[in-house]
Amino acid sequence: MQSCSLKTRKAIDQSVKVIASLSAVIGLITIVWILLTVTGRGIGALNLKFFTEVPTPPGIPGGGLVNAIVGTVIMTIIAAVISLPIGLLAGTYLAEIGKGTRFAEVVRFVTNILIGVPSIIVGIFIYALLVVPMRGFSGYAGAVALAVIMLPIVVRTTEDMLNLVPDSLRESALALGASRWQVTLNVVFRSAKRGLLTGVLLAVARVSGETAPLLFTALNSAYWFSSLKEPLANLTVTIFNYAMSPYQDWQQKAWGASLLITVGVLFLTITARLIMKRQGKQL
Amino acid sequence: MNETISTKIKQNLDRSLFNRNEESVVNSSGGNHSTVKLAVRNLNFFYGEHQVLFDNNIDIHQKQITAIIGPSGCGKSTHIRTYNRIYELYRNQRAEGEIRMGGQNILAPTVDSTLLRQRIGMIFQKPSPFPMSVFDNIAYGLRINTNSRGSELAGCVEETLRRVALWDEVKDKLWEPGTDLSGGQQQRLCIARAIAIKPEVLLMDEPCSAIDPIASAKIEELMLDLKSHYTIVIVTHNMQQAARVSDYTAFFYQGHIIEFGDTKQLFTNPQHQQTEDYITGRFG
Repeated sequence: MQSCSLKTRKAIDQSVKVIASLSAVIGLITIVWILLTVTGRGIGALNLKFFTEVPTPPGIPGGGLVNAIVGTVIMTIIAAVISLPIGLLAGTYLAEIGKGTRFAEVVRFVTNILIGVPSIIVGIFIYALLVVPMRGFSGYAGAVALAVIMLPIVVRTTEDMLNLVPDSLRESALALGASRWQVTLNVVFRSAKRGLLTGVLLAVARVSGETAPLLFTALNSAYWFSSLKEPLANLTVTIFNYAMSPYQDWQQKAWGASLLITVGVLFLTITARLIMKRQGKQL
Repeated sequence: MNETISTKIKQNLDRSLFNRNEESVVNSSGGNHSTVKLAVRNLNFFYGEHQVLFDNNIDIHQKQITAIIGPSGCGKSTHIRTYNRIYELYRNQRAEGEIRMGGQNILAPTVDSTLLRQRIGMIFQKPSPFPMSVFDNIAYGLRINTNSRGSELAGCVEETLRRVALWDEVKDKLWEPGTDLSGGQQQRLCIARAIAIKPEVLLMDEPCSAIDPIASAKIEELMLDLKSHYTIVIVTHNMQQAARVSDYTAFFYQGHIIEFGDTKQLFTNPQHQQTEDYITGRFG
């Protein structure tokens, strides 16, 4: 290492610092840019009507997207109701019950693959599985598609969060004569509850912005919510349709809907971060 | 009292069988006959294929303090972690041999480990209060193991906290998180948590290594106080601590029990060269 003079080493040190800082700034600029554009273009569309009225027929100005807002919320909630119990239990299996077994390894591997599957493939899968047999697009199919996307994320974060709980805590509880399930429920979950909540929020944030899986499943609707067996209005597909339309009013509504989703995701993410921060303080 | 007699007979049998230094046993009990609470016989332990304990034989005497000393990684902790089978939490760990308590081999699969752990409590190196209030930390073991609730439960919690001399320090913060206490207080909380369910044996795995000297002194004092009710086994890397608190000492080296006997004798007149080298600080 003597061959490198002090000067050269300092120069390399400096340039690495500069390049890394620049990269960080570029990342930040991208996010700020998106936020500014979406806010600038979308804020004008957000008025009382946007949140209270259903869309007007093509070409006629006015109306709102309340049906799409409600549809997205309904599908996200159903997706969460389906995937959270399964995901939390599967994650618990991986971290607590099946830890070290071959089966757990397989499940973990498959989960990781599932996280990487493009969401449009999940859409086509549910299309074949539910839409075709049920002879039509439906809110149910949309919710199931979102649940499939959410599930591996929940499994993975649950396992990660439970693995953060030190074994000393499990041993202490076991040493008191607690059964394995009591240890998991009373001590491990309690210890990891903020982490688990954070994982859940991030998973919800992730699926609330999905478009591709809904294109093949819930499709979209211009009407007020009637039944989950019918195509269901939702924000992301509405953005897709409206942004491609020739009507300026619709295009502006697409920006408004984009802003709404961005703010929603941002809100969930920040909430998750705050929860984690409070946990850091507590420990 | 059949049990006592049978253990005494067994103890004598064990002595002749394992050629234990009888003199040291008689000496240590100060003339009184102390009974053997746990008789460890040919204990071997494996992490996967890797053997870490080799034919450990030791008698843990009732209501006495037995210290286990030895250099880091010699198997001290692994040894006592077999007494309550806590190693079973980990899939690749396995113990072979016998640990007899009241005529029963506690390593036998027929012995329920949950019930066993109600009889043999454990305190760990790092204080590990549960993510609950001070009160609930103590009450947890009572809730899952007994039917005591309400004022009876509160009474037990107070009594236990007094027993570890922690009551006056925490009586105003019973509902604050256990993790908010100082390190030494947390460790006494963990001891209280362990004795709340009235075990017969207390295993302490380097209970003072993560806390300051003053807090350690309090815990040593507490151990001497608890001795009248509990059989205590303490793993420590602090030889002065072993010499101060224990009645018997076992010296471990590379998974073997090199020497076991009366503490005073082991420290003043060790029978093995390795023991002498270790206690005089020549290695370890």
